[in-house]
Amino acid sequence: MMQKNNAFARIFNVLVYLFLYLPIVVLIIFSFNDSKSRTVWAGFSLHWYQELFRDEEILSAFSTTITVSVLAAVIATVLGTAAAIGFHNMKRRPRNLFLTINNIPMTNADIITGVSLMLLFVFAGNLLGFSLGFGTLLVAHITFNVPYVVLAVMPKLRQLNPNLGEAAMDLGATPWQAFWKVLMPELRPGILNGMLIAFTMSIDDFVISYFTAGSEVSTLAMQIYAMTRKRISPEVNALSTILFAVVLTLLVIVNVRQVRQEQLNEKRARALRKGGN
Amino acid sequence: MKKLVSLLMALLMVLSCVFLPGCGEEQGEVVNVYNWGEYIDESIFDDFEAETGIRVNYATFSSNEMLYSSIKSGGSSYDVIIPSDYMIARMIAEDLLLELDYSQIPLMSNMDPQYLHRDYDPQQLYSVPYMWGTTGIIYNTKMVDKAPTSWMDLFTTDLRSQVLIFDNPRDCIGLALKALGYSFNTTDKDEIAEAAELLMKQKEKGIVQAYVMDQIFDKMINNEAAIGTYYAGDYVIMAEENPDLAFCMPEEGANLFMDAMCVPVCCENYNNAMAFINFMCRDDIVLRNCDEVGYSTPSATALAEMDPEMAEDPVIYPSEDVLAKCETFGGLPSDVLSFYDHEWIRVCLAKVKYRG
Amino acid sequence: MRTKSAAVPYVFWMAVFVVIPLVLIVVYAFTNFDGEFTLSNFDNIDVFLQVFGNSVVLALIATAICLLIAYPFSYFLAQEGTLVRKIAMLLIMLPMWMNFLLRTYAWMSILENNGFLNQLLGLIGLGPVHIINTDIAVVLGMVYNFLPFMILPIFSVIDKLDKRYIEAAQDLGANKRETFRRVIFPLSLPGVLSGVTMVFIPSISTFAISKLLGGGMSFLLGDLIEMQFLGSAYNPHLGSAIALMMLVLVVVATLITNRFGDGEEGAVLM
Repeated sequence: MMQKNNAFARIFNVLVYLFLYLPIVVLIIFSFNDSKSRTVWAGFSLHWYQELFRDEEILSAFSTTITVSVLAAVIATVLGTAAAIGFHNMKRRPRNLFLTINNIPMTNADIITGVSLMLLFVFAGNLLGFSLGFGTLLVAHITFNVPYVVLAVMPKLRQLNPNLGEAAMDLGATPWQAFWKVLMPELRPGILNGMLIAFTMSIDDFVISYFTAGSEVSTLAMQIYAMTRKRISPEVNALSTILFAVVLTLLVIVNVRQVRQEQLNEKRARALRKGGN
Repeated sequence: MKKLVSLLMALLMVLSCVFLPGCGEEQGEVVNVYNWGEYIDESIFDDFEAETGIRVNYATFSSNEMLYSSIKSGGSSYDVIIPSDYMIARMIAEDLLLELDYSQIPLMSNMDPQYLHRDYDPQQLYSVPYMWGTTGIIYNTKMVDKAPTSWMDLFTTDLRSQVLIFDNPRDCIGLALKALGYSFNTTDKDEIAEAAELLMKQKEKGIVQAYVMDQIFDKMINNEAAIGTYYAGDYVIMAEENPDLAFCMPEEGANLFMDAMCVPVCCENYNNAMAFINFMCRDDIVLRNCDEVGYSTPSATALAEMDPEMAEDPVIYPSEDVLAKCETFGGLPSDVLSFYDHEWIRVCLAKVKYRG
Repeated sequence: MRTKSAAVPYVFWMAVFVVIPLVLIVVYAFTNFDGEFTLSNFDNIDVFLQVFGNSVVLALIATAICLLIAYPFSYFLAQEGTLVRKIAMLLIMLPMWMNFLLRTYAWMSILENNGFLNQLLGLIGLGPVHIINTDIAVVLGMVYNFLPFMILPIFSVIDKLDKRYIEAAQDLGANKRETFRRVIFPLSLPGVLSGVTMVFIPSISTFAISKLLGGGMSFLLGDLIEMQFLGSAYNPHLGSAIALMMLVLVVVATLITNRFGDGEEGAVLM
């Protein structure tokens, strides 16, 4: 094993966390401020939370964000899983070509993806008579989500025993049954992982939405950007505090469950070993 | 895990029906309004919806150029937009505006005739005046030794990192043109280049703290900067929150602007747009709006009913001789406009060379 | 399932929404408003080279600082116990779930002239320092926002290092420094490189950070592109020309990284 950490290492790492969390702490504290000021404390109040829940623009932006992220993640997962299976069965050359194209939206700068999609949507919109809106926003999100799903599913396919599906079919399963009953359970962790990454990417996106959403819909990130370009209201702080609390709670729940699951597995494994002895 | 997936699917179906535009929500009448930030009393929308049943979808822009970009790029659909004079001229010239049906805007008769048939819309076919005002210098009396009196003072000041300047090419280069004694509407590229040079030197010297639009509210109110250039109406709102602020009409003269309600070609709810424009001309609405945003109204009938304290405020309604010094932005030929863009990028690019 | 056809929908999707948009960028970059072929969008290349230089310098500084923080951090963290490592990584990811604009905006309150930093410095009789609306603030914003993208790949590589290599080196008489220089560091290079691209590319293309923390005082490639599409100087043709030049930069950066293995995949799958 490498050497144990000394005090310097510990302090260094704690400082990194301080740096990462400092602005978040500031945001949270001032969401409870009684005055509009962002730097002078005027007493505790829940005023901005009340304002937030009355702010229709923010609430509708929030629901747009959730809707687009869930839809995009689900569609991207279906599209990406199918694509990964297809790619997996291709010859090396076409597979590498498609995987390279698949990587473009991931490695490319967001602003180029956003701007290029905007050009396409406006161009096609003029031809076919539609304008930027929820539809284009959704398509853009799916486009940058699928690569992550493909990337999450591919390694699981590589680990798969290629004879598994055939064995199932030899035993009388239809191709669908072979897929759902045999392949799916093996791929599931990869697929779920991909879906989660896709959902996170959608929630987090600002730049691509900014260029592809047009005027009628607005995501939370776009709304926040618009707010920071004006007089900033501490409603934003209240909103971010709520989001932070939700994410923190979710993470704790997920991880507690995971730890429990692991403990359970360990117990089972131990029991099995005992049985074997 | 299977449960998780099915749960997610169920959630998705519920969400898409509740939130998807046009699915769960009633397909009511709407009007999409695109306006400057901080430029309307948003509670008026509730009254409008209560009286007409038309819901207002509201979005804001921070400069005429931004508005132009989003209309010109063609991806959006707005029903009512509120550009300024010179941008109206440009949009008319480029066929981006629809003619208005004045029979549906009877309250147009409230307008003071001196604000109609202006250069930007000589036949008064495309616009209904919304508000007017001037630009000027806002400063913090506690943070400057000597009050500024001219645009030129912004370039010669000893202050460092204390000056906020307009973040759009027309206003920003315009104020430098005025400082040099030129017209806002010059088409002489040498003069425009000279103005840009002046702005670049100002930036290099470290005088400028930032180029901002509506962020100036926060910064001036919180004493973040000593001097800023912005619109007189907004000064009135800032001064309510920070009594140390003062306003100066530069001696070279400032921009006298007229913002008007127009309907862009991408409009999808024309009649609702007319109803909205008419509603915005009603006296009680105009008064509420003026009280909130601090700008000056072109409505003669509303002005007659206005609280005299406001109607006689020299910042909001300057005297004739002050107005005589002001100049309105006019339309510019396209080669001058692209030269503006070019020079503006040069200003954006300049780097602070020394401070102190 | 031995079927290739499952990929057909997505191949079609990629063609329409990945390839065609990039082709459109190229088309726009070489045409004018009337749709005629022109090279005039590249006329002012000197101006753009200036923005390029400016952005590259700031992005490189931010990337270097990220690396200087992330590497020791990951190295130290890799030596902690399983539970600490797990929680530590979650804590790195947690801020990423909060909108980056919100966090950047919080830095405004900290760095402003009358912000917390200066209030604090005032208490101990120092300052005030002017940071907001300078390049320093912009770099800080980049480091803050993209640091996790550097930590994740580096940590995932160091964490998975085969401990036997290290033991072997030590058994063969290498001291700590030599072990690090000749074994650990070379083995962690793929993670470093993918971290570098994952920080460099978003840094060079950001416009929100420079707008919020830079106040228009530092002007980056992202600002220039945004300005041509939704900003104050509408010209999508010029914007496409700049985007095209930036694309070249991205491709070069990616090629360099790809030469050294696929650290990115590991980072994404973390």
